[in-house]
Amino acid sequence: MNRVRLYQVGVIGGFVLLLEALCVGGVIDKITMPPPHRIAIDFVKLFLSARLWPEIAKSMGNVVLSFVLAYVAGIAIGTLLHAHRVARDTLDPLFATYYAIPVFAFYPLFIVMFGLGDGPQVLIGFLLAIVAVIVTTLNGLDRVPEVLRKTARIARLGPLQTAIKVTLPFCAPYLLTAAKLALAYAFIGVIGSEFIMARNGMGYEIGYAYTNFDNATMYPLILLILLLSILMNSGLSHWEKLLLARRGLR
Amino acid sequence: MRGARTPARNTLVLIAGIFVLWELAYLAVGDVALRSPLQTLRFTGGLLQSDYFWPHLANTMQAFGIALAIALTVGLAIGFALGLHRLSAEAMEPMLVALYSIPKITLYPILLLTFGLGMSAKVAFGAIHGIIPVALFTLSAVRGIRPILLKTGRVLKLSPSAMVRTILFPAAVPEIFTGIRVGFSLTLIGTVLGEMFAAQHGLGYLLMNAIGLYNIDVIMSVTFLLVVFASAVNGVLLAIDRRLHFRA
Repeated sequence: MNRVRLYQVGVIGGFVLLLEALCVGGVIDKITMPPPHRIAIDFVKLFLSARLWPEIAKSMGNVVLSFVLAYVAGIAIGTLLHAHRVARDTLDPLFATYYAIPVFAFYPLFIVMFGLGDGPQVLIGFLLAIVAVIVTTLNGLDRVPEVLRKTARIARLGPLQTAIKVTLPFCAPYLLTAAKLALAYAFIGVIGSEFIMARNGMGYEIGYAYTNFDNATMYPLILLILLLSILMNSGLSHWEKLLLARRGLR
Repeated sequence: MRGARTPARNTLVLIAGIFVLWELAYLAVGDVALRSPLQTLRFTGGLLQSDYFWPHLANTMQAFGIALAIALTVGLAIGFALGLHRLSAEAMEPMLVALYSIPKITLYPILLLTFGLGMSAKVAFGAIHGIIPVALFTLSAVRGIRPILLKTGRVLKLSPSAMVRTILFPAAVPEIFTGIRVGFSLTLIGTVLGEMFAAQHGLGYLLMNAIGLYNIDVIMSVTFLLVVFASAVNGVLLAIDRRLHFRA
């Protein structure tokens, strides 16, 4: 465990030091990238100035919205599909191909349909996230032991109650995996759309700073997005491991 | 497979269903923001015959091709290098997973500043999308190889390169192929995404340009072509992928 941590810290530290050396040594010029210590200072400044708080709040609001919509709808659809074999088989090719499709290519179409605003961004995040939730839910439901279903039948639970009280709680580790994937995808969808075309939000601000050669804003914001997504991902992964360990699955 | 539920039947029903939904959406929304499937197909046919379209397609395909070659080479190299060393694999796998989940589009301005606006930035952006999945799948494939195979190789005193060629690669091929399939899709997505943010050529640029001109025909046709291309190639790769896993 500790050796692994040490290795990871070494890799990240080495990478930052390398960047710092390259920047200070002039191999990477200032217009391309400020040295890491400068980015760190700008990062703190950006937070203290509170100028971008509304943008950050707006982006994160949209991320949470598309995550919640995709998560709830995905689990509901997954549970329904699990009970309907033919529908599930028919949709299977779609699920297998879905993540090969450039969903962002639909963004211009959504802008034309719904106008340039939060709608298309949330929709892209939602579309990217939902299939991961459906597939993971199906995956979990496939592993519910028959004895649990029988118990539910003996207790005379309806389909809805069976799902809520028996099968979905059994799938908790899978639902957590689904949450992790959905959050990552919602984040990618919203930030990516803001980047391509938007009027505000973190992605938009990075694009804006890029066009204005404003590295003092651009790099701290990029750093913020990287940190946010890595924190979300590793936090949920950690929780996932705990849950799996408690069930003796890993 | 029971007769009526073969994958082919599922795919056909699915495609028919999508076209029906598309037509219904068109009837509901109207000409303001959508085109019907038939109109789109007709316009796509026209677009494919126009001189205006081909340079953009060629540009995207060129960037995609180079990016894919880089993604596969670098991804396989990283995967093998880390997979063969237990500590490296253990330490780097979660880091690669974390990198996999970040919105890589935020890195695009850095690439633009580094490479300048044009082909090389696009290629680099497509490649970083593809490298990580290829590396991750290769890593776990190599790590999952049965130790007895490696021992056999050591007993035969194989050189590292012979080890990779005759033992590691054949044993890990099914999972590596899954990585290649995912890498293919993500590289394509990355390339087009890069073009949508900043480019003067390519399909992504055509899409963004069409928003400005409010040219729904172009938006629908280019989106349609991208989806058809991506899903067709993925369908073929998926079929090979399943066969490889079945054999293994």
